[in-house]
Amino acid sequence: MSQTPRRITRRTALGAGVAVATLGGRAFAQAAKYGPGASATEIKLGQTMPYSGPASAYGTIGKLHQEYFKMLNAGGGVNGRKITLISLDDGYSPPKTVEQVRRLVEQDEVLALFQTLGTPCNSAIHKYVNAKKVPHLLLATGATKWGDPKNYPWTIGFNLSYQSEGNIYAKWLLKNKPNAKIGILYQNDDYGKDVLKGVKDGLGAAVGKMVVKEVTYEVSDPTVDSQILTLQGSGADTFVNITTPKFGAQAVRKAFDSGWKPLHIINNVSASIGSVLIPAGVEKAVGAMTVQYYKDPNDPQWKDDPAMLEWRGFMGKYYRDGDPKDASNIYAYITAQTMVQILKQCGNDLTRENVMRQAANLKNFRSNLLLTGMAMNTSSTDFYPIEQGQLAKFNGQLWEGFGDLISTNAG
Amino acid sequence: MNPTLDRRKLAGVVVLLVLACALPFVIANYRVFQLTLVLAYSIALLGLNMLTGFNGQISLGHGAFYAIGAYAAAILMDKAAFPYWATIPIAGAVCFVAGFLFGLPALRLEGLYLALATFALGVAMPQILKHKSIEEWTGGVQGIVIVKPDAPAWTGFSQDQWLYFFTLAWVAILFFLGWNLLRGRIGRAMVAIRDQPIAAQAMGVNTAMVKSLTFGVSALYTGIAGALGAIAVQFVAPDSFSFFLSITLLTGVVIGGLASISGAFFGALFIQFIPNIADEISKAAPWAIYGIVLIAFMYVMPTGVAGFVRIVRGRLARRRGAPALR
Repeated sequence: MSQTPRRITRRTALGAGVAVATLGGRAFAQAAKYGPGASATEIKLGQTMPYSGPASAYGTIGKLHQEYFKMLNAGGGVNGRKITLISLDDGYSPPKTVEQVRRLVEQDEVLALFQTLGTPCNSAIHKYVNAKKVPHLLLATGATKWGDPKNYPWTIGFNLSYQSEGNIYAKWLLKNKPNAKIGILYQNDDYGKDVLKGVKDGLGAAVGKMVVKEVTYEVSDPTVDSQILTLQGSGADTFVNITTPKFGAQAVRKAFDSGWKPLHIINNVSASIGSVLIPAGVEKAVGAMTVQYYKDPNDPQWKDDPAMLEWRGFMGKYYRDGDPKDASNIYAYITAQTMVQILKQCGNDLTRENVMRQAANLKNFRSNLLLTGMAMNTSSTDFYPIEQGQLAKFNGQLWEGFGDLISTNAG
Repeated sequence: MNPTLDRRKLAGVVVLLVLACALPFVIANYRVFQLTLVLAYSIALLGLNMLTGFNGQISLGHGAFYAIGAYAAAILMDKAAFPYWATIPIAGAVCFVAGFLFGLPALRLEGLYLALATFALGVAMPQILKHKSIEEWTGGVQGIVIVKPDAPAWTGFSQDQWLYFFTLAWVAILFFLGWNLLRGRIGRAMVAIRDQPIAAQAMGVNTAMVKSLTFGVSALYTGIAGALGAIAVQFVAPDSFSFFLSITLLTGVVIGGLASISGAFFGALFIQFIPNIADEISKAAPWAIYGIVLIAFMYVMPTGVAGFVRIVRGRLARRRGAPALR
């Protein structure tokens, strides 16, 4: 959405006026179509969020959405319609998600679901929303299974998927360190295997040559120290660290303290400076790499970035309770923009079918809070909006992006 | 406790049953689904109340039995293609054995120590369900998606209405059996052990056996509730049965009324609907609202909702000059 400022002359203004008049006339001539939850004045969306429970830190995403739509409505809404977002607490408990989503669909009759959060919570409603043919849009989870238009044509994810992430690491290694001897540590569950699959698919034929050791851990394990020593003993010089925060911190510390000091790739789940790198000791994580796809609010290179300034303005004016250091607030802003783009594309055809068609018809949509040059694309066979990322290196204080955007089509 | 059922109470139960049968035809399917969950919870609460209210053993881990029941039903339907109705008694039997076996060693533990042992069970359960050795059956973190049973064609019911009546039937059976058990010899033995364990033993009550059996029956009820809940929700996953579920169940028992059968329904309504109301009031701190409501209930109704209802009915009866109901 980059705009080049242009001087407005009387002629262009006049021309624009005529164009708007004709367009408006055409829009009125074409009768508006409405599905459940949509009318000439309102569009109703629904979501579940963990405002309570173990994942309540993510509740800020739903709160930001509310404020964003408030701002949007004050400015006239989308195509003259106000957006109402009904955001309900599910406490990150799948049975509660089912109950709340049924309320949204059957009682509140929302047009679409937007950013329901959590892999287990979305798994619980996956079949239901597809049977009910309710658009299930831009889910806030990284699992790869959400992009399955053949079996689940009403569900479309948002995040850079775990497989795509693994794929990006593999592509970078193939290009920049083709002789790497890779040791992989991954959490033994769907998430860990999802990232692992991305790495292996990305390496392709080189897997056998490059991956020298794979080890796993269970969420119930007290530490991953012995796994790190096993990897060190295998002679690996590159460490792909697919762990959740607690184990991520342990792995960073042990890989350094044991004297191994490999090239360290930490997956995005554990890339948090506050909850992983500081507990592990920032000096032990210098040089570690991860992937990013949107701008980090703490990164000084974006200090004067116009999109970042716009976002800070929003945070200051509409969402004072939100933490301007929390990257979830950037993420939530981007997803809200994407939702608005889908609704804009729908025009006056606000049926559930058309909402889904437009969600699967994003063409080069750019949010300026995504990394420079990134765009979202979806199609009837591609339900992954985000398929690019950039690697970032930890300099002891923050993640610094480097190199080109890397694209993937792993899913 | 209701030792006998006089005419008026019987009439009350019949009226309630008729109301319960009429309800799903006047409210939306989504509400019917919520009430199905309330019914399932009420069975679990009655089970926990037998153990905690009547027998005086505190359990902080009944969410684990709820989970076992739910998983038993889900696995039987998903892997062994059992019809949904056949899974309920099996889930109950599995939980009875699990509860009885857990109850045997737990006998040596009294009061807070038992609470801690059951706490351990509740905390461990989600992780056990994720363990890779049983992942083939449990589906690991992904859980299991269950196909929702259709109503038999002759009824003309929607799926939700059918499940509601299916669950209601189980409620009727289990509450009748529970009432029968609790008002009889075994019920008296359970209460005696709670109030005067030494005297009970002196009177010839086999405390060890009664306590273990109570644990088993309690787990059986909770397991059946878990199976019914899982079929209604159509999904089980470890995250569905976090430790908080155990606390929720205990909250329901205390709010409903310890050692009260009807309290199970009040408790179930509380744990189903109060979190939703709290969420409506505040997105920023739903649990704070929940906590305030909880404390308010404890102050206004120290003997639980059932106890409160009893007091109110007694007062009304006295005012009318009729003999006070117990």
